[in-house]
Amino acid sequence: MAEGHSAVVTPMSEGASGENYLTTGKGPLSWLFTLDHKRISVMYMVAIVSSFLFGGMFALLVRTEMLTPGATIMTADTFNKMFTLHGVVMVFLFIIPGIPAALGNFVLPLMLGAKDVALPRLNLLGFWCWLTGATVCMVSIVVGAVDTGWTFYTPYSTTTGTAVAGMTLGALILGFSSILTGLNFIVTIHTMRPEGMSWFKMPIFLWSLYSTAIVQVLATPILGVTVLLLIAERTLGVGIFDPALGGDPVLYQHFFWFYAHPAVFIMILPAMGIISELVSVFSGKHIFGYRFIAWSSVAVAVFSFLGWGHHMFTSGQSPLVNVIFSALVFGVGIPSALMVFNWLATMYKGAISLAAPMLYVLAFLFLFSIGGLSGLFLGALSTNIHLHDTYFAVAHFHYLMFGGTVIAFLGGLHYWWPKMFGRMYSEFWARISAALIFVGFNLTFFTLFVMGSHGMPRRYYNYLEVFKPYQQASTVGSYLLGMGFMIMAYYLAQSLLKGEKAPENPWGGATLEWATASPPISRNFEHEMVGLDPYDINALELSSDSGGYVRKDPSSILLNQAGGE
Amino acid sequence: MILTGLFDLTTRLVRMPEDGGATVWMPPQSSTIAGEVDWLFNFILGISVVFFVLIVVVMMVFVVKYRRREGRETASPSASNSVFLEMAWMAISIVVVVIIFFFGFKSYLNISTPPANAYEIQVAGQKWDWSFTYPNGYVDQDLHVPADRPVELVMTSVDVIHSFYVPAFRVKKDVVPGRYTNVWFEATKPGEYNIFCAEYCGTGHSDSSAMVIVHPSGEFGPWLEKASNFLLTMTPEEGGRKVYEIRGCQQCHSVDGSPRTGPTFFKVFGKEETLADGSIITVDEDYIRESVLEPNAKVVAGFEPVMPTYQGRMKDDQIEALIAYIKSLDGKTGEE
Repeated sequence: MAEGHSAVVTPMSEGASGENYLTTGKGPLSWLFTLDHKRISVMYMVAIVSSFLFGGMFALLVRTEMLTPGATIMTADTFNKMFTLHGVVMVFLFIIPGIPAALGNFVLPLMLGAKDVALPRLNLLGFWCWLTGATVCMVSIVVGAVDTGWTFYTPYSTTTGTAVAGMTLGALILGFSSILTGLNFIVTIHTMRPEGMSWFKMPIFLWSLYSTAIVQVLATPILGVTVLLLIAERTLGVGIFDPALGGDPVLYQHFFWFYAHPAVFIMILPAMGIISELVSVFSGKHIFGYRFIAWSSVAVAVFSFLGWGHHMFTSGQSPLVNVIFSALVFGVGIPSALMVFNWLATMYKGAISLAAPMLYVLAFLFLFSIGGLSGLFLGALSTNIHLHDTYFAVAHFHYLMFGGTVIAFLGGLHYWWPKMFGRMYSEFWARISAALIFVGFNLTFFTLFVMGSHGMPRRYYNYLEVFKPYQQASTVGSYLLGMGFMIMAYYLAQSLLKGEKAPENPWGGATLEWATASPPISRNFEHEMVGLDPYDINALELSSDSGGYVRKDPSSILLNQAGGE
Repeated sequence: MILTGLFDLTTRLVRMPEDGGATVWMPPQSSTIAGEVDWLFNFILGISVVFFVLIVVVMMVFVVKYRRREGRETASPSASNSVFLEMAWMAISIVVVVIIFFFGFKSYLNISTPPANAYEIQVAGQKWDWSFTYPNGYVDQDLHVPADRPVELVMTSVDVIHSFYVPAFRVKKDVVPGRYTNVWFEATKPGEYNIFCAEYCGTGHSDSSAMVIVHPSGEFGPWLEKASNFLLTMTPEEGGRKVYEIRGCQQCHSVDGSPRTGPTFFKVFGKEETLADGSIITVDEDYIRESVLEPNAKVVAGFEPVMPTYQGRMKDDQIEALIAYIKSLDGKTGEE
């Protein structure tokens, strides 16, 4: 189905003089000062992909250093900076804004049939916050980097000589970007749903963005307070966390995880939403258990606030507290398991297309299952004590964050790419790249499970000789992973330059973003839209002359037209 | 039942003994609680394998069976929700996590409750080594314990947070400055096992390892007696060298002339050093003694004031022996 032809002719894309959001307005200023959510989204996309490359480079350096015990290519101090920068860049610059700010910003108003988000200026301010925060982080890297790990644990972080104050200030500013995005999404979803789109007729992706936004708005301020206290302690000597100044270092861990545990769900929730969209469209079938998935998204968001203490089972907090958090942290497993079940049930009796986005769905189901199930070992108290702060936890985290979030992000990118840029990409190279990423990822991280349960602690520069074969296999895996991404960069660049023109609706999605041109015009839609069942895939049919899908009754989604609901 | 069959198979798969009790997944079991922890690990592994296989097989079967192809362009009609199935699936997941929680809780109670008769050892973590203080005041860099007797460690840190971790015992506890944390275990097999620092603590994090040496019952007492009196049976230089090795000096001070975190001890005695404030001192007995007790009072230029104090932690006879040892590092005496 990737073989599209020329532009589609339907009642909605007529009239425009070939202009779209990418061509309306020229020059850098027309981008930097744009209020168009689509342009802001494209800028976020460039920013986030650059951060991913940057963070990935640090990861490859770390893995290369791990080829041998002791020094391979760098000193211990450099190694400590490398894994810290990998974590900081990937978490704060890439994965938290990743899906909501880059893909969500583009898709959310389109899915609502709206012209833009409710607060376009706030949206642009959010991007500027991201730019400012990223700049502060980059300056900190240049003036001394950080060697604390992305968690900035005290009192190490208040006593080390590296640029902790600058880096955490960067994280604070990035936090504003995250809060502004979340706030905007909440307001937009509340106020701008079209006629006919009740809460339970929203696409699931919007449910997941909404749940994410709630967490962003409520949890991120805690990060702000925490890093401000940290900066105050470092620069003014106010004793809050450092026992030498009368503070309590474990208090920092409570503060940090009170943000960072929910933040893990800021990362994974939107990914779950993307999978829900994709699995329905590429199974050619209505999503199974809509209400259960929608409520599961909300449940995950609620549980996310109750799990912070499970990062601290060995910290010395009371055993009773440990028992309570162990019980609570299992809670999040239930809605997650429910979603996996519903995704599988959606595929049942479907007409499953194996186009690139669906390959990422399959990879997600495989990897997310391993990530989720490995969480059981860490949720249970006695096994957690053994596995905490080992490679096992690192592997678990990466199976969820990479195997879950990044894979879903890539699925979403391949799914919405034709809509964003109006071009198709090479399906052949997309498959090769997806396969390399899948194999490379498993080789890189499954080996970490085995090392971890054998007792290999994380953040180790030196290690026992017995781990060497595993370490080397993992490093080879990371190179495969890097190759997979290089291929992706190649075919996506080629798509931008000379890809086939994308039809309006290449995959057969019934959500509203597919009812406008690819790429959309600046004001998104020619008409006011109506919200129908977003998973009524049968309302569409493959059109022989456009190469894409069209509605059997095109007027059904237009407000005040015959046939509208 | 299929479930128990699969579990049995997994258990057999993961329990291939190699190098003395280690399995594909776990290091050897060398403490009384290790068996319980491993049992739970294998139990969860069994459950995980069952669910993982179930999910992936169902997914693959659907992909093959319902693949979009010529003559099958659209999905067959089927239900798009089923409250019964959702509830059943939810009930299964709840039962599974409740069972896992319960077993984790049960064995955790054993891990976190030291027996009343435990033998107590004081532990101090610092960048980047450990010191273990026995009830008679003897301090060692490695942890010596008797087999078949519960041992409780009372731990604190001199600088940043560390974490005491012995994979073979399946125990781990953070070592926090400004407070005490406890961990206990009962070693079952005499031998040597790795102690790792599991909480990131800077440059030497991965090298702040030590060994637990488990002595057979009856041999620990005599060992401690002999070890405690090492200064009586050695020359001051030999005794000082032992102090240098077991009290953490060698992490930062070399004896071959190369600078580490601190200045080298080689040919340092009698030398004139420039301090950070520009003043000049001569390294004599008093300066060494002061540098042990108040290390950051007079820091040699070019080094950071990072050394922890040994005030109250190192006795005079050990300081004297250490001075004798440093004096002997003149490039002429002995083999150095």
